[in-house]
Amino acid sequence: MLARYRILLPVISLAVLLCLTFWMQPRAMSYFGLNLLFNLAVPIALATIAQMMIIMVNDIDLSLGAFVSLVACVTATWLNDAPLIGALILLGLIASYAAMGAVIHTLELPAIVVTLGMSFVWGGMALFLLPTPGGASPSWIRTLMTIKPPLIPMAVVAAILIAALTHILVIRSKIGTVLRGVGGNTRSIARAGWNVTALKATAYGLSGLFGVLAGMALVGLTTSADANIALRYTLLSIAGVILGGGEFTGGKVSPVGAVIGALTLTLAASFLSFLRLSPDWQIGAQGAILILVLTARLLLSRKGAAT
Amino acid sequence: MKSILMGAATLALMAGAVHAEGHSAATADKRIALSNNYAGNSWRQAMLQTYAETAEAAVADGVVAAADAFTTSENQTTEQAAQIQNMILQGYDAILLNAASPTALNGAVKEACDAGVKVISFDSIVTEPCAWRIAVDFVEMGRQEVDYLATRLPEGGNLLEIRGLAGVSTDDAISQGIHDGIAEHSQFEIVGSVHGDWAQDVAQKAVAGILPSLPDVVGVVTQGGDGYGAAEAFAAAGRPTPLIILGNRQDELKWWAEQRDANGYETLSLSIAPGVASLAFWVGQQILAGEDVPKDLTVPFLTITQDDLDSALETTPEGSVANVSYTLEDAQAVIAGAK
Repeated sequence: MLARYRILLPVISLAVLLCLTFWMQPRAMSYFGLNLLFNLAVPIALATIAQMMIIMVNDIDLSLGAFVSLVACVTATWLNDAPLIGALILLGLIASYAAMGAVIHTLELPAIVVTLGMSFVWGGMALFLLPTPGGASPSWIRTLMTIKPPLIPMAVVAAILIAALTHILVIRSKIGTVLRGVGGNTRSIARAGWNVTALKATAYGLSGLFGVLAGMALVGLTTSADANIALRYTLLSIAGVILGGGEFTGGKVSPVGAVIGALTLTLAASFLSFLRLSPDWQIGAQGAILILVLTARLLLSRKGAAT
Repeated sequence: MKSILMGAATLALMAGAVHAEGHSAATADKRIALSNNYAGNSWRQAMLQTYAETAEAAVADGVVAAADAFTTSENQTTEQAAQIQNMILQGYDAILLNAASPTALNGAVKEACDAGVKVISFDSIVTEPCAWRIAVDFVEMGRQEVDYLATRLPEGGNLLEIRGLAGVSTDDAISQGIHDGIAEHSQFEIVGSVHGDWAQDVAQKAVAGILPSLPDVVGVVTQGGDGYGAAEAFAAAGRPTPLIILGNRQDELKWWAEQRDANGYETLSLSIAPGVASLAFWVGQQILAGEDVPKDLTVPFLTITQDDLDSALETTPEGSVANVSYTLEDAQAVIAGAK
């Protein structure tokens, strides 16, 4: 499938789901409704971008949910009480993500194992920081997340901004192109004289940066944190990347698609609850939607290959 | 649209003239939703059951237009926040909330309040000031467990604590009460603590895991739904059965009756009745009817002693939990008590 068509399917899936939702729940078709439908998708979109940075260099991150939870805990405690120390901790977390990338590459460790292990480290630190739910969102983050821009709701503006900025970063910029190259063909990038360890560290560092943004955005919405707040994000973010046209083979990612994938997943959950589907079936139904979209993609790409 | 609204208002007014007493007709066009975060144990199943019965009867009697129940598929705050936001979109007038987190849903609860939706949290409550809170004095419940142990075991000894679902306010409150009680009765010492998630199988696994590392245990302080699992774990390890505080579950009561008949086992069983969902429903109805309801309400917990064991066991269905279903009058009494 040609890269430029890769974006079509996510857009169509989102449009179809959106139409169905509006048809079921006409109230959603308003400034207020769109914001309610999508505001919790903003942190998921950021987490999906974070996951995409890792999938881009041919790895996978199983610690993302725990990492975002930890960031949420830091944001609701340190960043609120002592902004300077809080910011330093968050920078340290980004640096440790970069270090994780460097270690994975230099020691040739499988990312899936290292990140799974790290998820327990993040989870433990989060519980240590906030053994019981609590904390408070710094007021500027709360203001930012509840801002009411004219005409277009915050959630939609944020989604467009995230998509546009990461598109420039990953698809258009020089460093983004090289990073995608690391995922596509590491050896040729190394032979061309690039320091692959530094590049992997950059990709992981970027992932950490977006993970931090996701955690901060989440706290802005919920107003407080708990140590398990974002555990679902690990799987949601992977599903979002794949739904958005990314592939596990490395280098083939679409930032715009990833954001749309995150919105689609959020919408799918709301749509199922509007359907009054029993919760026992909801997870299965969410999975079914995912399989449906992936099947459509497979059929399209086969057709693309045949012609 | 306006004429329809006017028509509905007139109808409501006319109906109001007929049944003015219970303020029921004032809420005839109102819709209530239950947002529940977890359904994986007998207590929550009984709660949903009681709620469904109360809601069905209320809808049939025309007290409210709808009273739907929603449960999130995973016990996750982000999911429940989205669920609450969906309920705002669906146009419910009141949301009854058993919350996954006391604080992490505050953003969504505030959105609901700002949209004019009344939020009534119960059991696991939220701290957002705009919501109503129907709470059990869980701290007192924990303290009473230790007080009871002190009357039965005046010489004291080692205790095992079984906690609930980590990170939920109920778990913290009961545990705090237990620790307060221990501070008062210093002859007791907690030598181990595990999370049983208020489910027998989880509790059994957790207790079985920690037992080999524990010295002799004279008592087990619990949170309900975990006592039978603990008893099984002690039996499987071949250790003498300590004094286990129970939590009103049918399997626990049945085990208690069996032990009592076999060797005169004596204990105490206490828990919050799952019927609190029906209380929340009627409180919500009263709020929608325009009653002045204080934000903080307290419900008593249900205690079963050796004397009421047989009657409690008789009225509790298999696999369920001892229950009371609250009525409109109960809700009015609770509201009057808090004023």
